[in-house]
Amino acid sequence: MTSITSIPAPRSPRVRTSRRTTRGNFELYGWIFMRVSGVVLVVLIFGHLFTNLIAGQGIKAIDFGFVAGKWASPLWQVWDLFMLWLAMIHGSNGVRTIINDYAERDHTRLVLKIVLVAAFLITVVLGTLVIFTFDPCPAGGPINLLPSFCSA
Amino acid sequence: MTATRDSAAPTPSSPEPKLGAVPSFDVTLRIRRFLPESGKDEAYWEEFTVTAYGTDRLLDALHQVKWEHDGSLSFRRSCAHGVCGSDAMRINGRNRLACKVLLKDLNPDKPITVEPIKGLPVIKDLIVDMEPFFASYREIMPFLVTNGHEPTRERLQSVAERERFDDTTKCILCAACTSSCPVFWTDGQYFGPAAIVNAHRFIFDSRDEGGSQRLEILNDKEGVWRCRTTFNCTEACPRGIEVTKAIQEVKRAMITRAI
Repeated sequence: MTSITSIPAPRSPRVRTSRRTTRGNFELYGWIFMRVSGVVLVVLIFGHLFTNLIAGQGIKAIDFGFVAGKWASPLWQVWDLFMLWLAMIHGSNGVRTIINDYAERDHTRLVLKIVLVAAFLITVVLGTLVIFTFDPCPAGGPINLLPSFCSA
Repeated sequence: MTATRDSAAPTPSSPEPKLGAVPSFDVTLRIRRFLPESGKDEAYWEEFTVTAYGTDRLLDALHQVKWEHDGSLSFRRSCAHGVCGSDAMRINGRNRLACKVLLKDLNPDKPITVEPIKGLPVIKDLIVDMEPFFASYREIMPFLVTNGHEPTRERLQSVAERERFDDTTKCILCAACTSSCPVFWTDGQYFGPAAIVNAHRFIFDSRDEGGSQRLEILNDKEGVWRCRTTFNCTEACPRGIEVTKAIQEVKRAMITRAI
């Protein structure tokens, strides 16, 4: 009648009595940010997809000149900047939540969060730099690939 | 009954059941055992087969195992009628009260798995240490908080004001909700649905004046914001409390208070 299988030993959760209280509005604002940024991102991303893939000549228009032309306009600089920052903060906060939910040991949590923050910083800093320091008319570039306003 | 209509007609050795008789059947319980006195660190599965009737609950089958097969089987039960909240266990993977689940509703053809509720330390067999659960409950101050002098008469409230928190007064602290929550399983630090439900019961009580304090307590890193709305708690609650809805109402109260 008795069957023995390999089951993990009954485990004890971390004791609650020594728990420090961690009150504050951080998680509250984080929760609101996730909802608001989600709605804003839907508008930003679909606007981005529409102008790049559907409007004008559609997908065939995308080349170096198209992208360079877009980033020469302050509207698209701001649009892409918002898209980059909101998506990165929204996504990283989501992954932070997943780490909190699934990583069981404090050490694992710490390591995963360091990796997450590093990935976030590299992407956001590089992306922001590209948006603002992008040179649409590199010297000696092939004329047929550059945007039309570079002819001067 | 004609023999042609039903190929599985009763054989002469088993006479047709009398009208109104309760059908009996064999049912196998697959119980997760843990015996600390055995010196072994491992839990294991043990199967028992008992004869049950259509009116029997899982608790009756567990009694039969304990009283007639193996007296060392340990589980909690007090009132045995779904009110005291002692016998919450994981039955076929779902948190239920053993005294409220009928065996015939569990598909007796297959072994019924019975495990202790998850996320709390197992003491023996189906008995877990409820202390971490009650510690969270105590933290949210589950008692009336008021200011000023005690009134000379009852603290009156309207029917609508009473209705506002009626759902969350039904909690029997069985821990079925908290121990069904995946966030609680991870490290047991989350306050858990039961504590939030009992805070909700006072936060939305017009007579209570400690709402702000309770919201402050639950505005913790391990408070309501860890809820992922998986609805496991609502599904598990033997009293039918809309637990996830209560948690969301507490969240909303916090946001309204902060902004």
